Amino acid sequence: MTRTIPVPANNRGLRRSAKKRSRALKPWYTNTSLVAGMIVIGLLIFVAVFAPILTPYDPIQQDLRHALQDPSAAHWFGTDKYGRDILTRLLWGTRVDLRIGFLSVIIPFVFGSILGALAGYFGGWFDTLVMRIVDVFFAFPFLVMVIVLVFILGSGEASIYLAIAAVSWVAYTKIVRGEVIVAKELDYVVGARLSGMSHARVLFRHIGPNVLSQSIIYGMSDIVMNIMGVVTLGYLGLGIAPPTAEWGSMILDGQEFITSHWLQATLPGLLVVVTSLGVSWLGDGLSEQLSPERRK
Amino acid sequence: MLQRLSFIPVRLIQAIPVVFGVTLVVFLMAHLLPGDPATAILGDKATPATIAALRTQLGLDQPIWNQYGLFVSHLFQGDLGTSFTYQRPVVEIVLAAIPVTLSLVAYSLTLALIIAIPLAAIAATAPNRGRDIVVRIYTLIGQGMPQFWVGIMLILILAVNLRLFPVGGYGNTALEHLYYLFLPALTLGIALTPTIIRSLRSSTIDVLGSEYVATARSKGSAGVTLFRHHVLRNAAIPTVSVIGVTMGYLVGGSIVIEKVFAIPGLGSLMLNSIFTRDFPTIQAVTLFVGLFVVGVGILTDLTYTLLDPRVNLTGSVRS
Amino acid sequence: MSTPLLEVTDLSISVMGSKARTKIVEGVSFSVEAGERFGLVGESGSGKSMTLRSIANLLPGGVTVSSGSILYKGQELIGLQNEKRRRLMGPEIAMVFQEPMTALNPVMRVGEQIAEGPRRYLGLSRSAAMDLAVSMMARTGIPDPKQRAKAYPHQLSGGLRQRVMIAMALSCRPKLLLCDEPTTALDVTVQHQVLRQLEELCEDFGASLVFVTHDLAVVNQTCSKLAVMYAGRIVETGPVKDVFKDPRHPYTQGLLTSAPDFDQPERELIPIPGFPPNLADRPPGCEFAPRCRYAQADCTSLQPRLLPVEPGRNSACLHTEEIFPGVLV
Repeated sequence: MTRTIPVPANNRGLRRSAKKRSRALKPWYTNTSLVAGMIVIGLLIFVAVFAPILTPYDPIQQDLRHALQDPSAAHWFGTDKYGRDILTRLLWGTRVDLRIGFLSVIIPFVFGSILGALAGYFGGWFDTLVMRIVDVFFAFPFLVMVIVLVFILGSGEASIYLAIAAVSWVAYTKIVRGEVIVAKELDYVVGARLSGMSHARVLFRHIGPNVLSQSIIYGMSDIVMNIMGVVTLGYLGLGIAPPTAEWGSMILDGQEFITSHWLQATLPGLLVVVTSLGVSWLGDGLSEQLSPERRK
Repeated sequence: MLQRLSFIPVRLIQAIPVVFGVTLVVFLMAHLLPGDPATAILGDKATPATIAALRTQLGLDQPIWNQYGLFVSHLFQGDLGTSFTYQRPVVEIVLAAIPVTLSLVAYSLTLALIIAIPLAAIAATAPNRGRDIVVRIYTLIGQGMPQFWVGIMLILILAVNLRLFPVGGYGNTALEHLYYLFLPALTLGIALTPTIIRSLRSSTIDVLGSEYVATARSKGSAGVTLFRHHVLRNAAIPTVSVIGVTMGYLVGGSIVIEKVFAIPGLGSLMLNSIFTRDFPTIQAVTLFVGLFVVGVGILTDLTYTLLDPRVNLTGSVRS
Repeated sequence: MSTPLLEVTDLSISVMGSKARTKIVEGVSFSVEAGERFGLVGESGSGKSMTLRSIANLLPGGVTVSSGSILYKGQELIGLQNEKRRRLMGPEIAMVFQEPMTALNPVMRVGEQIAEGPRRYLGLSRSAAMDLAVSMMARTGIPDPKQRAKAYPHQLSGGLRQRVMIAMALSCRPKLLLCDEPTTALDVTVQHQVLRQLEELCEDFGASLVFVTHDLAVVNQTCSKLAVMYAGRIVETGPVKDVFKDPRHPYTQGLLTSAPDFDQPERELIPIPGFPPNLADRPPGCEFAPRCRYAQADCTSLQPRLLPVEPGRNSACLHTEEIFPGVLV
């Protein structure tokens, strides 16, 4: 049994122990999930950026003479019903799906977190109102709301960002509010407030940085959900309009030939799985990196 | 027992503001549409006369709060407008589709539990060992698969290649429904399993390490008996609320899966309405889904109370 | 001499840490005769609870018996088939835990929890097992047992819960009852009543008792023989009365002088200085030496063995004879 020696409660002692902790922090590259996630996502970003020079074909240009070819040396995964190279379209699809998946978390993350922080910090009727609105939005499933909103706003990338933002801010609000309610009772926050700091300064300088980690970790799983959303919209014909290469619409096209050319519907889905896996690993790695246990 | 269930009226009253919020959101959807709500509701082919009639009926010349009042009072009379594709009251169409989707949802949940409970048990009894790692890899991959793609893969393997199941449709008799809905339900069930397994695995590990399981073992309890009497119910308690939350996800997924398997439920109805721009139907389906999720929330609390005798009327746990 | 009911010989238990195995119990031996009440005393972390749990095969994950033998009625329990060992739990060996709130299943009525064992081992029907549960509850002094049998654990007071635990443990009439600090979580007055009840019931059922506690007063009240544990080893054994009157190990003496004595309320309390050693990094020689006021040079280099100092009494101290002069062998 080891016994812990109480740390002196003066400033010097605290600062020293904090310094000691950060020095003992394990380097990020020993975090397996983080490294695995970075490799997978790094590869996908590489593919997205260099798609035009990785294959000699055009993702959109039709070539009906070579439609529905089986895999060959020229077309590794064959061609689709318009004679377009499947591999090329897969690579180009990375651009669209990865971009929308990652960018679409920004608005809900910022808006939801700020609203949650304000609700948790000020409490009272404002908190009650915000939480009732959150309850209402939680009643609509992600996919249902995104489909309806994209219908209302019209198809296109901008609508997808707006629709996803309108649905997914609630989770961030709920998470950050809970964290802030806990954090605002902590001694150093109460102390900062008593020493005459403004609400804004206390909230953004003292509480904010400490409560954001949960939000960031959730954000990673949200990226997975958003990619699913985009792909699903594409499959339903409501997302990015053809002929742009996009994994969801590629699966829709491929489903038609499932009996003869099963690779066409299978491959884009596998890429979604790989992407999700990479993002999940990144999320697990981040949550490990941000957790206090990592700083043993 | 009866006394412990007396929270139900309180819980129902608490749900009222949320229900009104849901109706408000559905009401406002019409105003988000580009152009005039009456034109949006009636579609492009409507004559100016019918549009004018609907404008007065909806009270579009009145302040927005009065319009909402009208919307709610119509709602209470079971009037959600007329579908211009089907030329029938929307309520009728939606009511016909509800049982299909609900049976699909219930079927999926059943299959998800049949898969998830043994897998969680297998993983939890040997944390960080081989079989646990296999289950964890399954959950990691499982949550990264688009549902509709899983459906297509199942069609490819089980329906096209092995010819075990039909590629789509709903069947006519109850037994046929069970057969036709198996693949779609399995698809949705698989999508649900990662979440259930994760929750059940961690709560089972907690319960297995608890003192009361040691007590049960000291009474000579082991194996399936131990699991059934002392582990499962305790481990299920936190999972119930997780399942409650994922029910919305399940309904959302069923919309897409109904398209994949051509099942005549709410999802197909909604997607068809989107392509025909049949706004009243879209509105009604959205409203039903919202109310369903609120109802599931109440049902979750009820199940929670039935499973855990420590939960009192207001839902807090006494220690 | 006939075979003892329980005979523990040279038992060692170790825990698998992140880097190395740490021995938390080392070379523990003791025996319990039929009908005897045996106390195992020590501070928290001394290994007394782990010793007890190893008898019931309830060691937590990562903790294993590394060597030694546990004979129950002459039958070796270590390495015995799981299934066979499980069959002993209930009708032969039963256990009462420290914290009855966490040791009872929160979602099962207490009556059903008591009835579970009898249904399995005595082959009783549901209602017969339930009747037995109610009568066992009555015998442990639970008022209104028929009603209380339908209660959930959280609806009962701490004292009643512990009585339920005792009723449950004795329901299959075991020959050996293992108690892990059964009264620590209770008020002093309730503690006294529960102990009396436990004693009476063991007498009635003819069950032997192994009683783990850190509280010397409880051992004094309940047991006839005891073993004192320190840092995973037994440092002294003997009849309770003799050990209390005339301890033969500096640690036992320290425990006695640091605890209040109701017969001599004016006596000064002398705490033992320092802390128990870190078991992963044991000091050389006698583990108690760093805290011992009699420690000499050889104490930090030689490991003392548990040796007889008097008929029926043993002590593990290199200098027993110098420190405690008196009636020697």
